Amino acid sequence: MACRTCLWLLGTTFFTCTVRLVVEGTEVGATQESHPEPGVVGSNHSQAGGGHGSSISGIQIVTFKWHHVEAPYLIALWILVAGVSKMVVELNHSLTSVIPESALLIIIGWILGGIIYGADKMQTFTLTPTVFFFYLLPQVILDAGYFMPNKLFFSNMGAILVYAVIGTCWNAATVGLGLWGCWLGGAMGDIDIGLLQFLLFGSLIAAVDPVAVIAVFEEVHVNEVLFIMVFGESLLNDGVTVVLFNVFDAFVSLGGAEIDAVEIIKGIISFFVVAFGGSLVGIIFALLISLLTRCTKNIQIIEPGFIFILGYLSYLTAEMLSLSAILSIVFCGICCQKYINANMDERSVTTVRYVMKVLANGSETIIFVFLGISAIDPAVWVWNTGFILLTLLFIFVFRFIGVFLLTWILNKYRLVPLEFIDQVVMSYGGLRGAVAYGLVAMLDENKFKEKNLMVSTTLIVVYFTVMLQGITMKPLVTWLKVKRAAVTELTLAEKIQNRTFDHMLVAIEDISGQIGHNYMRDKWHNFEERWLCWFLMKPSARKSRDYIFNIFHQLNLKDAMSYVKEGERRGSLAFVRNETKADVDFNKKFRASFSEIMPDIMADNMGPDHVPLSSILQDIVPSVCLDMHEQDLTMRESEDFNAHHLLQQHLYRGRKQHRHRYSRSHLETNRDENEVQEIFQRTMRSRLESFKSAKMGVAPAKKIQTKHQKKDKPQKMPNGNSSDKSKNHPYGDKGTCSLLFTSLLHYMKWGHQPPVVCIIIQSHSKAISRICLILENRLD
Amino acid sequence: MGSTNSTLSKIPNVEELMQETGFTPAHIVRLYDRFEALDKEKTGHLRPQDFGAINRLAMNPIGDRIIGAFFSPGQETVDFHSFVRILAHFRPADKKRPKDPSMPEPVNSRTSKLKFAFQLYDQDKDGKISRAELLQVLRSMLEMQVTEEQLESIADRTIQEADLDKDDAISFEEFRKSLEKVNIDHKMSIRFLR
Repeated sequence: MACRTCLWLLGTTFFTCTVRLVVEGTEVGATQESHPEPGVVGSNHSQAGGGHGSSISGIQIVTFKWHHVEAPYLIALWILVAGVSKMVVELNHSLTSVIPESALLIIIGWILGGIIYGADKMQTFTLTPTVFFFYLLPQVILDAGYFMPNKLFFSNMGAILVYAVIGTCWNAATVGLGLWGCWLGGAMGDIDIGLLQFLLFGSLIAAVDPVAVIAVFEEVHVNEVLFIMVFGESLLNDGVTVVLFNVFDAFVSLGGAEIDAVEIIKGIISFFVVAFGGSLVGIIFALLISLLTRCTKNIQIIEPGFIFILGYLSYLTAEMLSLSAILSIVFCGICCQKYINANMDERSVTTVRYVMKVLANGSETIIFVFLGISAIDPAVWVWNTGFILLTLLFIFVFRFIGVFLLTWILNKYRLVPLEFIDQVVMSYGGLRGAVAYGLVAMLDENKFKEKNLMVSTTLIVVYFTVMLQGITMKPLVTWLKVKRAAVTELTLAEKIQNRTFDHMLVAIEDISGQIGHNYMRDKWHNFEERWLCWFLMKPSARKSRDYIFNIFHQLNLKDAMSYVKEGERRGSLAFVRNETKADVDFNKKFRASFSEIMPDIMADNMGPDHVPLSSILQDIVPSVCLDMHEQDLTMRESEDFNAHHLLQQHLYRGRKQHRHRYSRSHLETNRDENEVQEIFQRTMRSRLESFKSAKMGVAPAKKIQTKHQKKDKPQKMPNGNSSDKSKNHPYGDKGTCSLLFTSLLHYMKWGHQPPVVCIIIQSHSKAISRICLILENRLD
Repeated sequence: MGSTNSTLSKIPNVEELMQETGFTPAHIVRLYDRFEALDKEKTGHLRPQDFGAINRLAMNPIGDRIIGAFFSPGQETVDFHSFVRILAHFRPADKKRPKDPSMPEPVNSRTSKLKFAFQLYDQDKDGKISRAELLQVLRSMLEMQVTEEQLESIADRTIQEADLDKDDAISFEEFRKSLEKVNIDHKMSIRFLR
């Protein structure tokens, strides 16, 4: 299998080269055919002649019309080659866990580049800036923006901006000036370069690259704050990079003499204009997309297309206005996520998510492969030991200094200080990538005599950071964290307790409100809920929130009243003990009323990520049936092993472990959702039980019918009064009732995005307590 | 800062609270803001439904137990002081604190943290984790597909391992002993409550 795919890969590249040679060989005429649009491959080898040079003697049944299909064929072929390379790379999992995928793709690029160079004697395919910036980069960034964890991003926005803006400026300045100083000192020999060119080079090499960062951080599991810092920084620093690049480019054109204070001030102003302008363009397009999806109910089949087209247009528009294109498309993705997910049909949402991932992954693969190929081009290579080594040294050292300095300042204002390990990982994770290469390839050779030197250096820097730092990142992280390693086998008690601690911590974090409540944030929430949702969300998406609440309201009143009536009729409330039956009735009621009022929610045509509501409702019947499994635990010896194994398999993982993380290659796994649903159902059921018991004044049935139950009746009560009641519903009657309602409300919205629910609960809490009162009044 | 001081002055006995729990004024202010945000009816007390409004807790297997831990037995509301005191259990331990036997045990010491964890299991507050109580906790933390027999066997073996005086229940001392190798400070601390 491995051999076959390798052969496939080699075969396709050979095919590409030989086809060209053959075609050139058969040419007779010397007519230059105008080259079609630059496609994926930027070929700097001009195509000579057409295919119809030879004289036609009779009708030809089959002709070889290479030029007819050349451009699209080559594009398609290269995409295929990139895909096959990725397949080859992923064959061996142990390899990819040590060396990050991006590094392996670069290596494959080298091999392919070598083959092509060997066949063609020059590098026909390289990564040209046009192709990179217009066709390969936008989808990667759109993917980053669309899947960005917004809450985390915006709550750490201050720190991210500090690193992105100040950090990048610091890096650019120090690297540029450092290199200039060394050049003056003669460390680089004789090269035709000046201060401004050094500063320009510094600015383009300073930026941390989002593509490379994600590719490496996928393998390394870091805490989410750290991840969002590096990731956010890599996305936002484009604003700075673009400005610095353009400003210094303009300065170089002007010449050193023309620079005065005015120009510098213009440069600073242009930063603000570019950054904020770009973001604004992105936000405008996000609004457009949201509005558009509001009206696309009748053309659901092409809804997903709009997202991509408008996203791309936001990129191009910003580029046209010389604003920051990356910032534009990032903010477009960030701002439109919520509304398009609410407005669009489930299937369209799924389509968008998958296609986004396909495009982003594909682009990333192509980028890395071509980064490798572009290196195999002796025309580009200029070696200057001093320049290259000093660049490597400076970017590394100054990144560390910059991060530590900024963190020290930030920690004074942060409630959660960034620790030493975090800072080390952040500095070490400052990878450079294709963006730097794209920028350097755009330089004008006439203005920058040493362009080739810069290109070579950039390539070496990229390889160094992606490969070396990528490979060593994971071991570094493990080594730094190794202080608390306890390799000894844990006892059962320890295992259980560890998991309990995890859950406990998550609960306390939720209670104490980790993100913190903020006047501005609350104001924004209110504004957003009132105005933006009204404007941007489909009326049905908005209404469904209220409908559900109303049904729920009716249902529960009816249900609660029917319980009481039933109890009165039977003379005792013993029927409440029969949990299964009670739950089934509840279930039926839900489904019946549900289906008549909200037919589209009950429809079975939901995407793979969202379980249809009907199946969730079926699960309300308790699946822990005491007699279902017949297990003969006769083997006592294996009991110990079984216990550990059971714990391993079946303990609920805490939220820390299946946290919502941005990942290029994985969408949210279903397992986590199922687990969380299960926990939620159980909590809800237990609250329902205590609610019933609180209302009926009856001790609820013990959930666990074990043989030893008799011994465990609550005998020893320190305070002596009706502690039975207080034991089982510690919150008291009203509390349980309300607890139940809030949880049921959330439960019923399970098929839709959770954030909507938070709004429901917050905005309806008054209504909830009113219902509670109504219920109490009716039942008492 | 002006706002910090004005908020602090709203809280009665704030000095005593800071002394007892070790929180800084900035933290107290933040916790107070959170308290007020949770307390939607502005009664000055938190009730169970206020905790219930944090819907993420419903997705936590022991969420309801944690909520219960905030309420002292018999009490239906939590005031700000109790709220802060419970949360203070989760502060990272102060490394530089001198061992002063005359002073009461600080809230975030290892013993106090363990006591808090113990109380989560020991719902009837008799000082021992009985087999049934352990079963309840296990049941809530294990997936539905685990059968009763499997649950019981896990509970049996756990008690066997930890129970030293063979009374089929785990006392606080036995609990503490079984966890002596675990780094409680790390496992039961939240960084941002430092």
